[in-house]
Amino acid sequence: MKILVPVKRVIDYNVKPRVKADGTGVDLANVKMSMNPFDEIAVEEAIRIKEAGKAEEIVAVSVGPAKAQDTLRTALAMGADRAILIETDAEVEPLAVAKILKAIVAEENPGLVILGKQAIDDDSNQTGQMLAALLGRPQGTFASKVEIDGDHVAVTREVDGGLETVKLALPAIVTTDLRLNEPRYASLPNIMKAKKKPLDVKTAADYGVDIAPRLKTLKVSEPPVRSAGIKVADVDGLVAKLKELGVA
Amino acid sequence: MKTLVWVEHDNASVKDATLHTVTAAAKLGEVHLLVAGAGCRAAAEAAAKIAGVAKVHVADNAAYEHALAENVAPLIVDLMGHHDAFLAPATTTGKNLAPRVAALLDVAQLSDILSVEGEKTFTRPIYAGNAIATVESSDAKLVITVRGTAFEKAAAEGASAAIEDVTGAGDAGLSSFVGAELAKSERPELTSAKVIVSGGRALKDSETFEQVILPLADKLGAAVGASRAAVDAGYVPNDYQVGQTGKIVAPEVYIAVGISGAIQHLAGMKDSKTIIAINKDEDAPIFQVADVGLVADLFTAVPELTGKL
Repeated sequence: MKILVPVKRVIDYNVKPRVKADGTGVDLANVKMSMNPFDEIAVEEAIRIKEAGKAEEIVAVSVGPAKAQDTLRTALAMGADRAILIETDAEVEPLAVAKILKAIVAEENPGLVILGKQAIDDDSNQTGQMLAALLGRPQGTFASKVEIDGDHVAVTREVDGGLETVKLALPAIVTTDLRLNEPRYASLPNIMKAKKKPLDVKTAADYGVDIAPRLKTLKVSEPPVRSAGIKVADVDGLVAKLKELGVA
Repeated sequence: MKTLVWVEHDNASVKDATLHTVTAAAKLGEVHLLVAGAGCRAAAEAAAKIAGVAKVHVADNAAYEHALAENVAPLIVDLMGHHDAFLAPATTTGKNLAPRVAALLDVAQLSDILSVEGEKTFTRPIYAGNAIATVESSDAKLVITVRGTAFEKAAAEGASAAIEDVTGAGDAGLSSFVGAELAKSERPELTSAKVIVSGGRALKDSETFEQVILPLADKLGAAVGASRAAVDAGYVPNDYQVGQTGKIVAPEVYIAVGISGAIQHLAGMKDSKTIIAINKDEDAPIFQVADVGLVADLFTAVPELTGKL
């Protein structure tokens, strides 16, 4: 079986994003970028499945600017076998990414596609579900455990209130939640080796996909700022405050 | 505009998340509800009473019992033939389902909306709530998930909407439900609680978490939450997690105990009306958003606080 792992280059999760003064977006110039944390978990899971002898090849794919090659090299250094970059400088919405991935699935025929549950920049949480819909295949979202058994995969999902397990017919689409695994660090020798692994560069037009946005961003603004609070000196001060608020 | 709202229910009653979503839908136009499940008549009758609801569609079929997206999405797509917008609460069920519906309809989805600005214009948080985007859809039909804490609850009583049975294709044969392990809790539900007491990594281990946090929560009748660090360290189950990757809450009072206040955590709670922080590090970022702060060792301060309430 082949596993396809889509990865996204996003602002590093430790960076506090700054909204541009003209309200057109978030300032990404000279900001540290990294692989979306949920996608690292997806790559790791694919590698573990391969290490368990249940997959032969892992293909990492990214839709983004030329610099997304770095993100793909990271995936290759972790253990992916080869990579495909769909190069574009435009912001591509989840629906268009799903359409591009659908075309790649048609070409590569993977048994499993593992995506992160959401990207930490647009916080959409849509691409995996949309891909599953377009392919007419089952989806195991917010996975905290993935077990392949013959032509099915059992996915334990993190849902409000606890966990639930679903059984999906392969090929299937899985999206990762945080507790699925602890992604490995790429070692220096593997980073060097990753430079020699194949990385194809293509465009959305190669797949005949229209990536024109359906949503227009009219404005991006700072969230309302909370007014400065007070500090109380001791527990008695806190008790008085809680009584004032009517909760004690 | 005619809207269709996904009803979260347990076959007998309607969950609060639905009431928030109805308020958002009512800003767009006529509100219709979809109750899908198995043996869900009682839930449909409860849904028909929600103020502002014009019609309730009921799809009662074993295939819809666990809201598997593969089975339910085609049913919604059918109903969208005569509705202009589909709205679901941004719960794990809504997030699982809505994008599948959107892609089948070939429309973009708007996730986690905070407000309705116009017929096709909405605000939504991006970058873990560090920015708010105002977006306008160019699609003919809308598919939306609604952040519950951003909209008031619709009244649970007031209407007597017509109930209409609908049938869908049923089981798509792609997936099946195996089982669930639901965390047992006698306390209020996290996303609808008025008061939340939340603990972080500083709580050391699960016994200490229980000894320190639970008595305070019980005294206040509060729900219990946790930071990602506390969940990852295994102090509490994952569904306690408040944050960008966990639950988004906006209670009247949020008490953060031993939580430093990472961006990821703030994304889940900074819309709380009053934030109270107890932390021994006076430079912790949590104090920048806290209305009331107490710099103290939580192991002495929290038991003392519990004792004095």
